[in-house]
Amino acid sequence: MSDLRELYQEVILDHYRRPRNFREAEGDARRADGFNPLCGDRVTVFLVMDGDIVRDVSFKGVGCAISTASASLMTEALKGKTRAEAETLFTRFHDMITGPGAGSAETESLGKLAVFSGVRDYPVRVKCATLAWHAFHAALEGRGEPVSTE
Amino acid sequence: MKSASGFAAPGARQGSALNVAAVRADFPILKDSVHGRPLVYLDNAATTQKPRAVTDAVTDFYAHGNSNVHRGVHWLSQQATERYEAARASVQTFLGARSPEEIVFVRGATEGINLVAQTYGRARVGPGDEVLITAMEHHSNIVPWQMLCEERGAMLRVAPINDSGELAVNEFARLLSPKTRLAAITHMSNALGTINPVAQLVETAHARGVPVLVDGAQAAAHLSVDVSALDCDFYVFSGHKVYGPTGIGALYGKAAHLAAMPPYQGGGDMILDVSFERTIYNKAPFKFEAGTPHISGAIGLAAAIDYIGRWGKNAIAEHETALTRYALEKLAGIDGLRFIGTARERTSVVSFVLEGIHPHDIGTVLDQEGIAIRTGHHCAQPIMSRFGVPATARASLAMYNTRDEIDALAAALRAVVRMFNR
Ligand SMILES: Cc1ncc(COP(=O)(O)O)c(C=O)c1O
Repeated sequence: MSDLRELYQEVILDHYRRPRNFREAEGDARRADGFNPLCGDRVTVFLVMDGDIVRDVSFKGVGCAISTASASLMTEALKGKTRAEAETLFTRFHDMITGPGAGSAETESLGKLAVFSGVRDYPVRVKCATLAWHAFHAALEGRGEPVSTE
Repeated sequence: MKSASGFAAPGARQGSALNVAAVRADFPILKDSVHGRPLVYLDNAATTQKPRAVTDAVTDFYAHGNSNVHRGVHWLSQQATERYEAARASVQTFLGARSPEEIVFVRGATEGINLVAQTYGRARVGPGDEVLITAMEHHSNIVPWQMLCEERGAMLRVAPINDSGELAVNEFARLLSPKTRLAAITHMSNALGTINPVAQLVETAHARGVPVLVDGAQAAAHLSVDVSALDCDFYVFSGHKVYGPTGIGALYGKAAHLAAMPPYQGGGDMILDVSFERTIYNKAPFKFEAGTPHISGAIGLAAAIDYIGRWGKNAIAEHETALTRYALEKLAGIDGLRFIGTARERTSVVSFVLEGIHPHDIGTVLDQEGIAIRTGHHCAQPIMSRFGVPATARASLAMYNTRDEIDALAAALRAVVRMFNR
């Protein structure tokens, strides 16, 4: 199971066991739900904007190691980013895990999120890794309806 | 258990133990590798693999027998019609129906249930009426009734299950009211492995004048079925879960019901005479088979039924029951493993969760070992809610599975636990 270590890296298992920002947001937050019908995973992302800046982002829900760790690491990566920076990050992240192999410079710019590069080899798990991001995106756009991976 | 009638065949005396090695040799896919490991296929409740006898029957039909049915005077069409109708007779014997006219070919269990809901159900269920199901139904035996109830202003009632995943039979009886127009129950649960006491349930329902549809999608592969003895009003199953092709299955309906029911879809084959003013419908079962049917599918299904008969359903059931027991013992010792579904009457399905490890992750790790299990809600979300889990991992057995494969599963699960708790 050596190549599985690429997928389930220590950082991912750590964030799965002890997810960060795993709480409802304080105050006046936008929220959006994400649902993965394939595995029954549900995530709710809470977002507090300060003008153009992500002031707080957090999440609740149940999911697999990949989706939980992805939500956790996402919340860490997004705090303090501008709207445009957040969108760019999502695009890069998405490209990394779906693309034929992103350039190392791009992967580097993703920082800790690069631990998810192994997901590329497990196409059925891409939806797990992007679930929270889609919900974040919906919250950012202020869409109320739940997003589904299907 | 009653024995399946008429399936004695050379080389497989009833009562003799199943020769699993010989069975395995008939399934080409079982020699394949996945991710460099020998395939261990434990997702049989989703669909079973196909023996060469089935794929050969389908290929031979297209290579040398292909023609439409019920339409041509030419030789090929007559041959195809004969084989299609012979397949109907095979299904009749397989289910223990009294006549082939009681067998309607459909795409599968799902379509069979929808057919009954949309014809019999629509004609029978009105505002304020009730349809009774159980808490362990597959979505296929929930949603068609929900749609019917919504359309007709009726109520869907649900008989509860206990913590072992067994139907609360008393509650089921209590919920049969003067308003109940139909009960729809699964013979065997795909998510829990529970076998329902269907004969008793049918008797209880009939005593209150309530007809019963039995969802045999899981049971058909593992249990001997005799719809005449069972006295159920409808029975459905899917070919692909009994070693046959996808896209074919059957609905059994009592002759009197089928005769009285309005047609399902309109088109060719289901008519006797058509003008722009009026159409005279064909008799059952043709009334419910509009359009060119899945001829090769029916022929493949008949080959699958023959194949099962060659070994004998009793021998298969014995093997599967023993293997289920073995799996339960083997897995019970794994750290943090909890079974979902612990019914006394069960077979061939073992659902479980591992403490702190999501089923989806279990499935991915096992897949790398060449082990195919199902993870998720198994199209039975209400059961997941009942047991307070978002999903389970499910190993489901078939006639070709072995103790070695269960050992491989147990070893891989221990590796999963080590990996996640490292
Ligand atoms: C109990 C039960 N009912 C119905 C179905 C639906 O069968 P199909 O998808 O072949 O129509 C299934 C399949 O998983 C099942 O397990």
